[in-house]
Amino acid sequence: MKSETILRWSVRFYIGVFFLYLFTPLIIMGLATFNDSRFPTVSPWKGFTLKWFSALAEDDAMWHALWISVIVAVGVLVVAVPIGICCALFLSTFQGRGKTFLYSLMMSPLLTPGVIVGISTLIFWKGLSVSGGVMLTVIAQTTFIAAYVMLMVLARLQRFDRTLENAALSLGATQWQAFRRILLPYLKPAIISAAGIAFLQSFENYNTTLFVKGYDTTLTVYIASKVRTGLTPAVNALGLVMISITVILAIVYEVKRRREQSIHS
Amino acid sequence: MFSQLKARFGSSLAVGILGMIAIWLLGMVILPQLLMVDYSFRPNLFPSEIGGPKDVYSLGNYETLFSNLIHLKIFLKTIWSSVLVTALTLLVSYPIAFYLAKVATPRQAAFCLLLLVIPFWINEILRTFAWYIILAYKGPLNAMLLGLGFIDRPIRFLSGDGGVLIGMVYAYILFMIFPIYNAIESLDSNQVKAARNLGAGWIRTHWRVIIPHAKPGIATGCIMTFMLAAGSYAVPSLLGSPGSRWFTQIIYNWFFEGGDWNQGAAYAFLLLIICIGFIALVMRIFKVGLGDIAK
Repeated sequence: MKSETILRWSVRFYIGVFFLYLFTPLIIMGLATFNDSRFPTVSPWKGFTLKWFSALAEDDAMWHALWISVIVAVGVLVVAVPIGICCALFLSTFQGRGKTFLYSLMMSPLLTPGVIVGISTLIFWKGLSVSGGVMLTVIAQTTFIAAYVMLMVLARLQRFDRTLENAALSLGATQWQAFRRILLPYLKPAIISAAGIAFLQSFENYNTTLFVKGYDTTLTVYIASKVRTGLTPAVNALGLVMISITVILAIVYEVKRRREQSIHS
Repeated sequence: MFSQLKARFGSSLAVGILGMIAIWLLGMVILPQLLMVDYSFRPNLFPSEIGGPKDVYSLGNYETLFSNLIHLKIFLKTIWSSVLVTALTLLVSYPIAFYLAKVATPRQAAFCLLLLVIPFWINEILRTFAWYIILAYKGPLNAMLLGLGFIDRPIRFLSGDGGVLIGMVYAYILFMIFPIYNAIESLDSNQVKAARNLGAGWIRTHWRVIIPHAKPGIATGCIMTFMLAAGSYAVPSLLGSPGSRWFTQIIYNWFFEGGDWNQGAAYAFLLLIICIGFIALVMRIFKVGLGDIAK
């Protein structure tokens, strides 16, 4: 039993160290925002300041990049969510030869490095005389974000009871009515989550966007360029704001998801 | 194919579904990739020369990699470092995944998972930037090590591959933990108990019972981590230095500084081949199919 106790405590210690490792960087980054130093750091501490938030608010390039990011993310949402839903509907309906192949093909954008998705989109559209910009960014990001949407919708679709649909059809509903009134409401929670994930994925994307952005800098690209040239704690202020928003959204999403799960199970 | 869809959704909706899928698969997934490969076998020409006598297929763009020793070295280093990142991430992740799936009480596990998910939601650039601050020459890590007397003068973490490796393990660890956690969670705990009761030690139980069951999860985690590491641009550009370039940075330079897209396409295709090769290798080692991975 003695060795068991040692094992238990060492596992606990490991878990503790792991979570420390997970959160320390984020905490230090946040703290550095409030340090009155020209370069973002926490050592040495030069006093508390809020001036980097006002520096951030006056940064017009940042606001412009934010605007571009929002446009791109909304564009991705509008294109990728319907495509993902269609793929999920197709996979849950079609049975037969070639299904595994098509499924692998639909999954392949997730197993392809982001830079390659960006490069192939850039080359493809160059042939059609379209160069980098908001439109290409939307297209390139849709390539893989649609696959995420597909997976999320498909997961819910697999638990759908087809007899509900058949009942509607035999009671005289048209196929469109059955889809509109039965399947779509059932899929709604998955579609909303997928839309949220799609928006976030688009907003955060760097590797793919870098190749297709043209002169339209998104917020993530802007942050990366700031880190390499002209780094001030204003970048931390921006990071802190973004982290706070994502953490709140993440908690709301998780709590909501769990509540739904506990209702269903 | 169409008849099954039509029977369920009616013809207009079925046409719409197939149309959307066709646009996506052909216009965004298949044709761009094929065109990239086509591009990579052609020479870089002036627009007026395209389609002319010089526009012939050749392996020239691929030979560049093997004649340019610096590029070849970076190419091999990228592969090797990505394998290292994958192995390191697996090593760190496995105990966490096992703890969450089998040791922790449901309440503890739910809380830990929520904690794990939070950094996962945060932008990769910001997570990497956080390490940039920590590892800086005058940063808190050096200050702490100096203060504790472990080192006499600050270490340059950011001029070498060390910083890049640390940043990558941090950035991609959740892509490893979640698939393994999901796989271990589906294991019947009675099997673990049975192995223990029959006298197997902890190591043997893991090796013979838990790891074989978790294979699809481990394979998925390894594939995702390797792909993300080999294809990463953000981490090496933030945490690396000119001396520790990544292959993606060479590709980027061909496109936006060298202006030779054909050459860049060839390098990009090589990167893709490496990733596909790694997927095939992992599937063979773990004896799992594509269907297991996608789950």
